[in-house]
Amino acid sequence: MSYLTPYTVIFYIFAAITVLSAAFVVFTRNVIYSAFALLFTFFGVAALYVFLSADFIAVTQVVVYVGGILVLLLFGVMFTNSIMNAKPKSDVLHIIPGTLLLLAMIGALLYTFYTTHSWMPSETMLQGSIVERIGFETMSRYVLPFEMASILLLAALIGAAFLARFDKPANHE
Amino acid sequence: MEQLATIGLNHYLTISAILLCLGLFAVMTRKNAIVILMGVELILNAANINFLAFSKYNGSMQGVMFSLFVIVLAAAEAAIALAIVINIFKIFKSVDVSSIDSLKE
Repeated sequence: MSYLTPYTVIFYIFAAITVLSAAFVVFTRNVIYSAFALLFTFFGVAALYVFLSADFIAVTQVVVYVGGILVLLLFGVMFTNSIMNAKPKSDVLHIIPGTLLLLAMIGALLYTFYTTHSWMPSETMLQGSIVERIGFETMSRYVLPFEMASILLLAALIGAAFLARFDKPANHE
Repeated sequence: MEQLATIGLNHYLTISAILLCLGLFAVMTRKNAIVILMGVELILNAANINFLAFSKYNGSMQGVMFSLFVIVLAAAEAAIALAIVINIFKIFKSVDVSSIDSLKE
């Protein structure tokens, strides 16, 4: 049993959490259950980011996805389902073409990955913490996209607040 | 078993492919707009795993920086999409995307 190192075991546990909870998100009919299963998917993906030595991205994933997007989605679920409706269901359509596409795409992608030549990793793989390097890259090579992201976020903030107002002004021009 | 023992690029690509296909399945088959948004988030996460995996095994920072910007865009997209969904709910009294059939009130 030389191949069962703790590293490998933990990786497989997180991979299983990610994939199974993502499948639960997709296959359950209850919207609330989907939202809570998405929590585990995001945490599992964050753990995989740690395995990929992208610790800063993992923390960002937890803060932005779990703290922001998931809460937003839960608010959306609560806004758009009446409390009286005890089981907020989500109906399905195109179930057979959808399943066929799911299986065909997974099959095709995995077939391609596993039958082509094995990947040759670089000699200088990313190791350890990359927070410092992210700081340098952000302030040197990616400073323009960084500033543009701030403008985009401001525009999205204003737009979302404008769109979601509850008392619209009357329509008389 | 040797391939299973050492965690390589193919493991991450496999997880990413499965997440991508599940997200696509949600987008295709669901009627509830919020579950469709969850599918889009799954797809974006799958793309991010790919970026970071290739970045690690390539030893460059480009994938890492790109995944950071993907997260920023995902946050903006989720906020706008939720605002639109809430507006749709106000007008149509449902978030069933197959019953939304008019562009103008």
